[in-house]
Amino acid sequence: MNGNILEIEKLTVHFPIYIGTVRAVEDVTLEIKQGEVMGLVGESGCGKSTLGFSILRLLRPPGLIAGGQIRYHGNDIVKMNKQELLAIRGKRIAMIFQDPLTSLNPLFRVGDQFIEAIQTHANGVSNKEALERAGDMLKRLGIAPDRLYEYPHQMSGGMRQRIMIGIALVLNPDLLLADEPTTSLDVIVEAQFLDLLNELRDQFNLTILLISHNIGIVAQMADRVTVMYGGRLAETGKAEALFADPKHPYTQGLLASIPNIKLDQPKLHSMPGAPPDLVDPPFGCVFHPRCPYVMDKCRREIPPSFNDQDHRTACWLYG
Amino acid sequence: MKNLLRYIIGRTLLTVPMLFVLLSIVFVVVRVMPGDPVSAMLGGHAPEKVIEQKKQELGLNRPLIVQYGSYLLQICRLDLGDSMILKQTVMSTLRDKLPATVELTFFAMLICMLVGVPLGAYAADKRRSAQDYGIRLYGIVIYCIPVYWLGLMLQMILGVWLDIFPIAGRTSARIFSSTFDRTGLYVLDTILAGNVEALGDVLIHLVLPCVTLGLVLSGIFIRLTRANMLDVLKADYILAAEARGIHHRRLVYKHALLNAFVPILTMMGLQVAILMAGAVLTETTFSWPGMGRLLLERIYLRDYPTIQGVIVVFAIIVALISLVVDVIYAFIDPRLRY
Amino acid sequence: MQHSPTTALGQVIRRFTRMGKQYGVEWWILVAGAIVIVGVVSMAMFAPVIAPYNPYDQETGPQLAPPGSEHLMGTDNLQRDVLSRIIFGARTILGVAILAAILSSILGISMGLISGYAGGGFDKVFSLMMDSIYSFPGLILAIAFAAMLEPGVTNISIAVAVIYIPTYFRLVRGQTLTIKQELYVEAARAIGAPGSTIMSKYIFPNVIATTAVVFTMNVADAIMTEAALTFLGLGLPPSVVDWGMDLAMGKKFLPSGQWWLITFPGAMISLLAVGFTMLGEGLSEILNPRLLEK
Repeated sequence: MNGNILEIEKLTVHFPIYIGTVRAVEDVTLEIKQGEVMGLVGESGCGKSTLGFSILRLLRPPGLIAGGQIRYHGNDIVKMNKQELLAIRGKRIAMIFQDPLTSLNPLFRVGDQFIEAIQTHANGVSNKEALERAGDMLKRLGIAPDRLYEYPHQMSGGMRQRIMIGIALVLNPDLLLADEPTTSLDVIVEAQFLDLLNELRDQFNLTILLISHNIGIVAQMADRVTVMYGGRLAETGKAEALFADPKHPYTQGLLASIPNIKLDQPKLHSMPGAPPDLVDPPFGCVFHPRCPYVMDKCRREIPPSFNDQDHRTACWLYG
Repeated sequence: MKNLLRYIIGRTLLTVPMLFVLLSIVFVVVRVMPGDPVSAMLGGHAPEKVIEQKKQELGLNRPLIVQYGSYLLQICRLDLGDSMILKQTVMSTLRDKLPATVELTFFAMLICMLVGVPLGAYAADKRRSAQDYGIRLYGIVIYCIPVYWLGLMLQMILGVWLDIFPIAGRTSARIFSSTFDRTGLYVLDTILAGNVEALGDVLIHLVLPCVTLGLVLSGIFIRLTRANMLDVLKADYILAAEARGIHHRRLVYKHALLNAFVPILTMMGLQVAILMAGAVLTETTFSWPGMGRLLLERIYLRDYPTIQGVIVVFAIIVALISLVVDVIYAFIDPRLRY
Repeated sequence: MQHSPTTALGQVIRRFTRMGKQYGVEWWILVAGAIVIVGVVSMAMFAPVIAPYNPYDQETGPQLAPPGSEHLMGTDNLQRDVLSRIIFGARTILGVAILAAILSSILGISMGLISGYAGGGFDKVFSLMMDSIYSFPGLILAIAFAAMLEPGVTNISIAVAVIYIPTYFRLVRGQTLTIKQELYVEAARAIGAPGSTIMSKYIFPNVIATTAVVFTMNVADAIMTEAALTFLGLGLPPSVVDWGMDLAMGKKFLPSGQWWLITFPGAMISLLAVGFTMLGEGLSEILNPRLLEK
């Protein structure tokens, strides 16, 4: 394969509700290369988490995938049947979520949750074996294996997050989807978590999709970055290039609004306007009402992604 | 385990004030209500002097506070007095009738949960589908059907027309309960005595009353289970488990249901109260010799001590069950004890 | 502008269907319940007009006649027309249930407001009392009260009302405790508003929506309790026409196969209770809609 572990092509996700249809993700195309960390950023409601959930088809009703393909090693996940999908979930593609306390079943011991994950995908593994594997995993994460006998609420937030990663990685998946993994952690634990993630990435040869509204951690971790706005792809490219020289006006505005302690900023930069209504999005380019460089064409036609050496920007300025 | 013990002790102590309140209410209801029990007992036309004398005998002339105190003391000694009508102590009458009610309510609750919980879980899983609305409709209708009416209809159809099940009592005339009666719980007793024929007879007598009561109450459990399941199914840990490739059925019926069951258990205390109320009506319909039918019998006979005794026992049962349920709850949900 | 009945009806139907589309199935559940209730209430109100016979008349026809053209629901053992007794019986059961619900709600809500607002030892004592009553089997308590009081419509309503007071109490007290903490309540207190004003102007309106739902469920339950009490022979004198009592009487004739004596009263009790329950269910979904789903 051309080095892409996941290829998302023209993905569209809709939520039909009683006031209309929310176009959460509209015509998004992006690739994740083997071994890289891809950061997916955007403000709340831009569709990044929805995109993440769609990859494993974890959308809750009324959400549905209205179009597009999600190719994992060439196989379209959108078209897979239940069996194939269950075989992938957890074993080839794993996902960790924002709040580690609510992501673990409070009534079961941590060890039991590990055992269940392992036994779901590997027939004939005994409880003892599974527990051993879980213990090994915990050791690599720096947690004493006897904690497997505890309940989730007995652990600290940081430890629970590590348990979550542990369960996710115990089956040795290729791709890890991380949806806002540090949002509920305090800054110190967050830093520890990111270090751990880096280590594990090397140890396990992981590819990671890091979804976050926190540009800081994405800048730290990501090799490539994708920016989403209003359900659409705004810009995607190598991290250094994107941060040093952002092409899309939205990305520029986003990076400019980050407060910089070294600058003397009497007033913080903000983008005028508000995020778009996803039920009734603006005509043409979804960002045009707020864009400082808006042209007539932007109001009429939706810009495609213009490719410049693997750096894509959905903006008429580059057409 | 130490935490659990501590919880049990604390919770038991809480039962005392609640019991206290209930017993006081019973006292008030029985004594301060209009109507003179003594003259009713003596036939309503007895001369004043005889009435006064009887009242003196029964200690009804003492100031209320004293009566209240002696009432509480008596209960602590488990002495509930003597029946005003028949020559028995209230205690012995209750001991006779209580097991029948316990057996009835136990099996009814079993049926109720076996029917209600899975249906509720299924309805939640298939939310907003025809099955969901159908099950909910069934739940509403079955609970609104008076339990005695359902009993009568079942008696009519299955008992009289089709003659499959008996319509009254705990045993047939040819079975002598004295041969196996030990605890009063006939199912248990017949098993202990090894009497298979009696066991069969006892079970077949249990069918109609327990099914009637169990079905009617299943309506509540359907709604309860469904509501709790809907909440639980939205939880993050269900999503996380799904992301690990766990099968849908396992997600719903293991992960979700267990978590949903916990709040259902807490409601169990309340359900027992409804169960007992339903038992009173069921016993009347099926001539079941239990506490419920006893209560009504003695109300007609104006046998105040027994009436009071029955209500006191109900109050104690409610308090005890509530305690037991809370302890089980603490046992299942580890968050409560650590 | 036309005001003919057809257009008015058309408008009503259009409004109904629009709300139905917006709220979904729950709206129709509410409507179904409302139709049943309106039906039975009308039946009760117009009883003297619609009933074919006098419900007390003991000479309307043959004894224990099965349903037929003369007597759509048959006759009972005292030669009374069952259908007429059903129609008039609606008055009794509705009267008692609604009266009981009104009594319970007034007492329960006011006690809940006061206790929740006052707080402290007073609140603790009251809550304990209410919790104890709440956990006790309601019907048994009602039986005790009904047995002690003289049979009569007012007294049976009291017996039924008593057991629901804790439900309102707990609901209102809980909400009072929450609302009490709100900033606007503190502000009102700071400018010297008396407790009664705060309770009536601030807390009560917030409580009304949930209370309405509880009220409908209360009536449904009261219907069942009333029928149970009269079935057991308590609460009402034999001179009153009542579904529960007719059921008790009809029970005796079951072995001889006169099914119509119990089928119709029982069905009516169920129907009325279902009607109020559906109204309550529909109302609760609409007042707390789950907005994000279709």
